[in-house]
Amino acid sequence: MATEVAISAASDRVARRLPRLGWVAVVCAAFILLLVAVAIFAPWIAPHDPNQVDILAAHEGPSAQHLLGTDSLGRDLLSRLIYGARLSLIGPALIVVIATVVGTFLAILSAWMGGWVDGLTSRVLDILFAFPGLIFAILAVALFGPGLMAPVIALSIAYLPYDARVLRSVALRERSLPYIEACYIEGLPTRRITLGHLLPNILPFVLVQATLSFGYALVDLAAISYLGLGVAPPTPEWGLMVANGQSSIISGYPQESLFAGFMIVATVVAFNLLGDRLATHFSVRGQ
Amino acid sequence: MARFVVQRFGALILTLLVASFIIFGSLYLAPGDPATVIAGGHATPDILEQVRIQNHLNDPFWSRYWAWLSDVLHGDLGESFIYREPVTALLAPRVGNTVFLVVYASILILGVGIPLGLSSALRRRLGSVVTVGTAVGMATPAFVAAIVLITVFATTLGWFPVFGAGAGFVGRLWHLTLPAIALAFSWVAYVTLITKASVREELVREHVETARSRGIPWPLIVRRHVFRNALIPVTTVAGLTVAGLVAGAVVVEQAFGLNGVGSGLVQAASRKDFVVVQAISLLLVATFVIANAVVDLVNGLLDPRIRLTKSR
Repeated sequence: MATEVAISAASDRVARRLPRLGWVAVVCAAFILLLVAVAIFAPWIAPHDPNQVDILAAHEGPSAQHLLGTDSLGRDLLSRLIYGARLSLIGPALIVVIATVVGTFLAILSAWMGGWVDGLTSRVLDILFAFPGLIFAILAVALFGPGLMAPVIALSIAYLPYDARVLRSVALRERSLPYIEACYIEGLPTRRITLGHLLPNILPFVLVQATLSFGYALVDLAAISYLGLGVAPPTPEWGLMVANGQSSIISGYPQESLFAGFMIVATVVAFNLLGDRLATHFSVRGQ
Repeated sequence: MARFVVQRFGALILTLLVASFIIFGSLYLAPGDPATVIAGGHATPDILEQVRIQNHLNDPFWSRYWAWLSDVLHGDLGESFIYREPVTALLAPRVGNTVFLVVYASILILGVGIPLGLSSALRRRLGSVVTVGTAVGMATPAFVAAIVLITVFATTLGWFPVFGAGAGFVGRLWHLTLPAIALAFSWVAYVTLITKASVREELVREHVETARSRGIPWPLIVRRHVFRNALIPVTTVAGLTVAGLVAGAVVVEQAFGLNGVGSGLVQAASRKDFVVVQAISLLLVATFVIANAVVDLVNGLLDPRIRLTKSR
């Protein structure tokens, strides 16, 4: 009984919140959740084995057997797209988590310490800005070999300065508010003020930053796979599928490239719009 | 003023130095012997020794860095291990295509993005179409745009060639049209968005209201009082996008099979020709940093407010 009341109260609260976020954000969030579910439950959802080759069934159009048709080796495109969601989402997720966690830490550190710590961090980040993410990732691949990890780590480093710079200014503004001063006067240890009070209050901005960077990370990482410097075929991955399908375009079978490209664009649109709406939502609430 | 220029210039030199150091030092981050990284896994001890001598690998770290840097500053970018040719000789025929592509794309970005942003800010009805368009445009990676363009205009309609860079000015223009559109695509959306926001902001400012109340014709107000002021943030962003095109060109050149600096980087990286990767990365990063610094400088010269806040 009590839990039922609590649940209905919670869903009431969510229901009241949702209209304020706007339907665009809700649709985007639903699409992203659907994608994540598809990625997790890929083995149960996919109608075929994504790597099952059937040369006789190459380049088939959509049919009951293959809903989106087949690729140049007769593999089921829908199943490859479904399995492809896994690597295509995990890579950017790793980049975003590493970049935002380290970025948030650096932001709080420089906002709290100020002085030479702040100066040094800002200089180092300024220099990191000089490396376009893609070029940094290619350099890393040349050193450590192709795969998922080298580009993921390189792109995390390349995304770090953007996150750290935005969050530092947020942390600085938060730091100057009276409640932080009150904590300080109360004699709370630094760790409790920064982690217990400052961090929770900049968390909405961390979320916005992470959502917005996800789209860029997905594009950059898919580009690396497209260039043949990321995960190796026959692994299903969207960027790789765009590249794999390119040779069939001239013979009149653009499906594989177009479907995979569509998935990339749709996912990035969802993350960008959601991040955009969250940013407006939180900044309106913050004022 | 002089102080601002000197400060910017100093920051530029420092950034370039550190960037060159990171690119040089990255060789020592890789697991194993640097000579093996340069020569690949299957090199004989003789070849490894030759690589060590050629790349000064037996010298102390700092003197190696200095030797490499002074070589680079003298225009010697090292020698490709796979082609046994100087990197500069490998790059020379490629630079033209990349420059042509980037300039072509920049013209498209400014020529399409700014008018589109302006008209969508002025006409409310166009607004929502442009909002959806920019959201999709900004989310479209260059290689996906390339695939769609190849499918529609190169294979289905047959208006443009599928790959290659063409010869002569007209041939190049024709061959590089689709690549330039693919490269420009997401940036056009971005510049449109920025222009639209900037014009909207300017439209409701007091001086525009005043000009209207004085009965100045609307087109004149737009041209003289709105557009000019609105262009300040646009030039900043436009300058930065042009710098960003240097990185985007890597993907587009590969997608259209163009012989450019960027596709050279990708090929070198997949063949593990590390000296070439190092040289091209340095070249691209330097171009990016210098372009950014020029944008910064020009903005500082145009707008005194930037100069004052940035030099603290």
